Amino acid sequence: MTESTAQGTFWDKRGLASWLFTTDHKRIGMLYLWCIMAFFAIGVVLGLLIRLELIAPGQTIMGQQAYNATFTLHGVIMIFLVVIPSVPAAFGNIFLPLQLGADDVAFPRLNMFSWWLYAIGAVIALAALFTGDGPPDTGWTFYVPFSAVTTTNVSVAVTAVFILGFSSILTGMNFVVTIHRLRAEGMTWGRLPLFGWSLYATAWIQVLATPILGITLLLIFAERVLGMGIFDPSRGGDPILYQHLFWIYSHPAVYIMILPAMGVISEIIPVFARKAIFGYKTIAVSSLAIAFAGSLVWAHHMFVSGMSDTAVMVFSLLTFIVAIPSAVKVFNWTSTLYKGSIRLEPPLVYALGFIFLFTMGGITGLVLGSAGTDIHVHDTYFVVGHFHYVIFGGTGFGMFAALHYWLPKVYGRMYNKKWANISAVILVIGMNGLYFPMYILGLAGMPRRYFDYLPQYTSMHVASTVGSWITAVGLVMMAVNLWVGMRSGPRVGRNPWGAATLEWRTKSPPPTHNFDEEPIVDRGPYDFKGVQPDA
Amino acid sequence: MPEHHRDDEGAKLGMWLFLFTEILLFGGLFVLYAVYLQRYQPDFHLASAELDVRMGALNTVVLITSSAFVAWGIAALKRGNVKVATRMTVLTIAFAAVFLVVKYFEWGAKFHHGLYPGGAELDARAQGQMVYFALYYLMTGLHGVHIVVGMGVLSWVLWLVNTGHVTPERYVALENAGLYWHLVDLIWIYLFPLFYLIT
Repeated sequence: MTESTAQGTFWDKRGLASWLFTTDHKRIGMLYLWCIMAFFAIGVVLGLLIRLELIAPGQTIMGQQAYNATFTLHGVIMIFLVVIPSVPAAFGNIFLPLQLGADDVAFPRLNMFSWWLYAIGAVIALAALFTGDGPPDTGWTFYVPFSAVTTTNVSVAVTAVFILGFSSILTGMNFVVTIHRLRAEGMTWGRLPLFGWSLYATAWIQVLATPILGITLLLIFAERVLGMGIFDPSRGGDPILYQHLFWIYSHPAVYIMILPAMGVISEIIPVFARKAIFGYKTIAVSSLAIAFAGSLVWAHHMFVSGMSDTAVMVFSLLTFIVAIPSAVKVFNWTSTLYKGSIRLEPPLVYALGFIFLFTMGGITGLVLGSAGTDIHVHDTYFVVGHFHYVIFGGTGFGMFAALHYWLPKVYGRMYNKKWANISAVILVIGMNGLYFPMYILGLAGMPRRYFDYLPQYTSMHVASTVGSWITAVGLVMMAVNLWVGMRSGPRVGRNPWGAATLEWRTKSPPPTHNFDEEPIVDRGPYDFKGVQPDA
Repeated sequence: MPEHHRDDEGAKLGMWLFLFTEILLFGGLFVLYAVYLQRYQPDFHLASAELDVRMGALNTVVLITSSAFVAWGIAALKRGNVKVATRMTVLTIAFAAVFLVVKYFEWGAKFHHGLYPGGAELDARAQGQMVYFALYYLMTGLHGVHIVVGMGVLSWVLWLVNTGHVTPERYVALENAGLYWHLVDLIWIYLFPLFYLIT
C-alpha cells in the first residue's frame, strides 16, 4: 500500500485490474453489488415479459417454449444470481468487517476467489441461454425426470449453479471464521450488531445446506451425461428422492435469502426510532432458531408427492414452528417503534415496506404450511404470490433499505430523500397490485407455470400485469435517484443517521484499512446516548 | 498490500468448516444408499458379491498407510525436520497414485463385463442391481475425484515446503492438507464396507 491511499478512500486505486484482483472486502462487495444490480435488471425484464404474456389468454407475445424458457431463466437468474448473494455477499462483504471493527474478512484471497466463482458461474449461466439446443425449460427446480430427458441446455445451467453454490459456501465459511476471530476489542457476542448475527446464522446455512445442492446437481449431471438412472424408475431409481435432496438445500436457501435482509431491518429500525432495539437477544437467537428450524421443513414442498400422512403432519408442524422466530422479529421491530422518536427517513420507509410485505407473505406461508389448505392451493398462483411477497417484498425490500441506509457510507454522498420516499410508496403499491391478485387467482384454482388460462382468470391477470408496470416505474425511479445521488448528491460526514454501530465511526467513504485507529468497543450497537448525527 | 494478518486458528477453523461441507456432499449419496439398500436388499447382496474384495481391501490398506505418512510428515515438520516432511508427503502422493491404479483395474474389469449403466450385462439385470452399480460408480467416482484433488493439494503444499513458504514455524498449510487427506481416507473407510462387505 502506498502513502497516498493510506490517506484516501477505498475508491482511490484506479484501473480494472485493481478491481478484479482486489482483496479489499469493500471492493469485492461493490463488485458483487454491481453484478447483482445488472442481473436484477435482467431478471426484472424477464418477469415483465412473463406478466405481459399473461395479460390475456392464449399467445400474446411469445410461444409456449419461449414462455417456459423465460420463467426458468427468470427463476435461475433471480434466485441464484441475485437473491441468494444480494444482501450477504454484497452488503455483508462491505459492512461485516466494518461492523466488527476488523481490517478485512478472515480470508481475503478466498473472498476474491468466491467473487470469481460467482462471475464464472454467472457467465456459464448466461452461456446456457445462447448455446446448445435452447435455454433450459425445467423451472429453477430442475425436477427429474423432465430435467434428465429434456434436450435443452440443462447440463450447462446445472454446472453454473454448482459453481455459484461453491461461491456461496466459501463466502459463508469466510464469514463464520471472520465473526469468530476478528471482532474488535470489547466486541463481545452480546455487542455484535444484529446484522452480524443474521449473517452468522446465514453463513451456517450456506455452509451446511449448499453441499446438498451440489450433490443434487452433480446427480442431474450424471443422469444426463452418464445415464446413471439413480432417479429413473425404469432402472430402479426414485424421482421423489430427487425432490427430497433438492429441497433439503433449497428450503434452507430461502432463509439464506431472507435472514440477512431481516438483519438489515434490525439495524435500521432502532436508528430511526432512536431507541435501543426491543429484545436484542431474542432477535439474535431467533436468527439462529430460524436457521435451525428452517433446515427441518423441506418436505412441506412435497405434501402432494405421495409421502406418508405421518411425514406430512410432522413437516407441517415443523413448518409452523419456523413461523415463531419470524414473528418474534416482526413483533420486536414494531415494539421498538412504539414510543420511539421516529424520523421517517428513506431507510425506515423501506424497512416499514419490508415489514408490511414480509408479513403479507409470512402469513400466507402458514396457509401453505398447513397440509389441508396446501392441498387446495398447491402449485397454484397462491404459491407464486406467497413466494414473491416474501422474497421480493422481503429480501428485495431489505436490499433496497440497505442501499438507502448504507449508500451515503459507501459513496460519501446523499440521494434525494423525497424521491426515495415517493419511489418506496410506489413500489409498495405496485407490488401489492402485482402479487395480491395472485392470491385470488390461486384460491380460484389457476395453476402456476401455465402458458395459457381459462377466460375467467383474465381480470386478475390484467390487474397483476398492471401492477408489474407500477412496480417497474418505482424501480426505475429508485434506481435513477440512487444513481444521481451517488454521482452528485450532497456530501455527507461520518455518521449522517446518528447510528451507533462501528461502520459509522470511520470516514465516508471508508479508507482502505477501514479505521484510522483500531476501534475499541465500550457500548452496545444500539446505545445512542451521546451519538450525534454528523451530516 | 501488506502481508495479511496471520491466524492459524482461523485457518484451521476454516478448513474444518470446509470438511463439513465435504461430508455433507457425500452425505446426500449416503442417504440415497441407505434408502435403496432398504428397498433392494437382496439385489445389493448379489451385486456386491461381484466386487473384488481383495482389490478393495488392498486399496483400504494403501489409503490408511498414506494417511499415516501425511501425519508423520506433519509431525516431522513441527519438529523441524523438513527433509522427512518432504519425503513423507511424496510418499503420500505416491500411495494416492497406487490407489488410483488399483481403482483403474477394478473399474476396467467391470466395464469389460458390461457392468456399467447402459451396459448390456447390467441392463439385463434386476433394477436393484442397476441402482447398486450406479451408486457404486457415483460414490467411488466422486471419491476418486477427491483423491485427484488431494494429490493436487499435497503437491502444492510440497512446493510451498520446498520454496520455504511452509516452515517448521508456519506449518498450518501442511496440516490443513493433511486434514483433507484424512477425510478422503475416512470416506473410503465407509465406502469399503458399504460396497464390498455387505454380501
